[in-house]
Amino acid sequence: MDAFTTITGLVAPLDRLNVDTDQIIPKQFLKTIKRTGLREGLFYDWRRRKDGSQDPAFFLNQPRYQKATILLARDNFGCGSSREHAPWALLDQGFRCVLAPSFADIFYNNCFQNGILPVVLTGPEIQALFEGVTAREGYQLTVDLAAQQVTMPDGASYHFEIDPFRKDCLYRGLDAIGLTLQHAGRITEYEQRRRTQAPWLFQDVR
Amino acid sequence: MAAQTLFEKIWNDHVVRAEPDGTTLLYIDRHLVHEVTSPQAFEGLAVAGRTPRRPGAALAVPDHNVPTTDRRVAIADPISAKQIQTLDDNCKTFGITMFGMNDIRQGVVHVIGPEQGFTLPGMTIVCGDSHTSTHGAFGALAFGIGTSEVEHVLATQCLVQKRPKTMEVRVDGQLSPRCSAKDVILAIIGKIGTAGGTGYVIEYTGSAIRALSMEGRMTLCNMSIEGGARAGMVAPDDTTFAYIEGRPMAPKGALWDQAVTAWRQLATDPGAKYDAVVELRAETIAPQVTWGTSPGMVTGVDGNVPDPRTMGDDKLRQATERALEYMALLPGMPIRDIKIDKVFIGSCTNSRIEDLRLAASFAKGKKVASTVHAMVVPGSGLVKQQAEQEGLDRIFKESGFEWREAGCSMCLAMNADVLQPGERCASTSNRNFEGRQGAGGRTHLVSPAMAVAAAVEGHFVDIRHWS
Repeated sequence: MDAFTTITGLVAPLDRLNVDTDQIIPKQFLKTIKRTGLREGLFYDWRRRKDGSQDPAFFLNQPRYQKATILLARDNFGCGSSREHAPWALLDQGFRCVLAPSFADIFYNNCFQNGILPVVLTGPEIQALFEGVTAREGYQLTVDLAAQQVTMPDGASYHFEIDPFRKDCLYRGLDAIGLTLQHAGRITEYEQRRRTQAPWLFQDVR
Repeated sequence: MAAQTLFEKIWNDHVVRAEPDGTTLLYIDRHLVHEVTSPQAFEGLAVAGRTPRRPGAALAVPDHNVPTTDRRVAIADPISAKQIQTLDDNCKTFGITMFGMNDIRQGVVHVIGPEQGFTLPGMTIVCGDSHTSTHGAFGALAFGIGTSEVEHVLATQCLVQKRPKTMEVRVDGQLSPRCSAKDVILAIIGKIGTAGGTGYVIEYTGSAIRALSMEGRMTLCNMSIEGGARAGMVAPDDTTFAYIEGRPMAPKGALWDQAVTAWRQLATDPGAKYDAVVELRAETIAPQVTWGTSPGMVTGVDGNVPDPRTMGDDKLRQATERALEYMALLPGMPIRDIKIDKVFIGSCTNSRIEDLRLAASFAKGKKVASTVHAMVVPGSGLVKQQAEQEGLDRIFKESGFEWREAGCSMCLAMNADVLQPGERCASTSNRNFEGRQGAGGRTHLVSPAMAVAAAVEGHFVDIRHWS
């Protein structure tokens, strides 16, 4: 996983409530056995008109947002299915950060597993960013994980909260499984103790 | 010791290690695996040279992609076939038990776990699928995870977690005749909203919940995620133990007695506190129908499609307008006037034997409307077998329903069971998102009884007054 320290990049606005992971990446793209190449499926149905042609009104089809690395979103972003294909597709498109007033739990967690920083800001802060990004082309933000800060073009900034453990793992790009395996001895002790208390939990599936 | 909730007891029993900031290494007892969210996890293990810590704690089954038509012929879609073959290969390589497509025990992952006695009270259970919350019906802590965490659990049998908050959803009183667990959970989501449970584990309590069968409790817990909660739970009781006893993977003999003794200790202690409490009266819950593109966009069948012009909040009004445009519904129109083209009875929400018995009892002697195409997809091969032994398949077929093989089917339309653009479906599944059942398809979530009545009449009817 790539570490996330600071990024400065173009912002793309997705002005819809409750964007679910079925919209982020529809089911036909879940048949892959790979993590890569999912960009093609990102917001697939929303990118197209009924006749199958690209819809120029959809934000990601507009040249000004093509190279965006920061996605600006509304409440409850990423709700629904647990599919990690959603953050994989966002990453494949080039997004490293999503800003929203709230996220669904599983999606929020899946972002951290893939080097994407989900940032929670207040409703009014997100609204101000939407106004900024739609007002002028080339609107950029700087997101600094260490300082927990989103800085706007005029130099003003918003602070955001983040769990210290998640922050550290993302900042250093740590292998989460490797970290847990450092506690293998503790896991074994737990299993031994638990096996005497609740032996039925250790019957193998056959 | 201070009074504890069901959730707190299970959580505390599974802490391997806790950091001062609350970051917890949580032990996972059981792991369900399916073909869609596992290939990249197995690949990750192989690349890192890791092996599963306890392959005997996992059970795999293909369900999302499988055809519900004749399984003796090869799967038409080569990409689906490859994903299913990959699961088979991975399970052989890594020593994980799998119920293959032609095994009678195959079915929707959240149907077969309980059916086999794989799901037990007091366990932590995960799966790369958001509807893992289903298993909470047994008084287990069960939640959906992403593929990276699937790999994490395979390699370590643990997950790194922050302790969620707890919410009690209390439903007291008696449900109206013909109203079901599906109506209860849709009414709850309508009340708390699709993000109301974000950050929480829900425990369902109250006399109306206690009166539910295990199938009903599974339907209830299944859709906790549609209310934003990763997990929903019901405390285990005699109903739970009676359901589990004698199932193939359930403990037997002295071990059974020991387990039941322990499970009786799991219920929330008197006086234990939740972080939030929501209350509903069962009598007030009408049969529910969703009208929009999010499960929270729901109302009683005796209600009307809302009028966005009456909504004060801009964002809510825009979302409602957009949903009505997608669903091709007019503001204010009665729910009963909505005509449907298709009916889907199935999914991890409503495909168990009790659902099919109930649906068949309403279908008996009736005919599906000539304008409607209706199908029944049992949750597992064993549910299908049981239904056929009881003659339910004949009732459905005589009424004009198609009778299919087990799988996820049109709940998410990854296989060939897909809505065409513009088609409108009364579905017993769990998500009415845009395109969920097929690009351009329109989904109305309902109970099995409501789905049957809609199939027969060609539009929604109030099942309480349907003859």
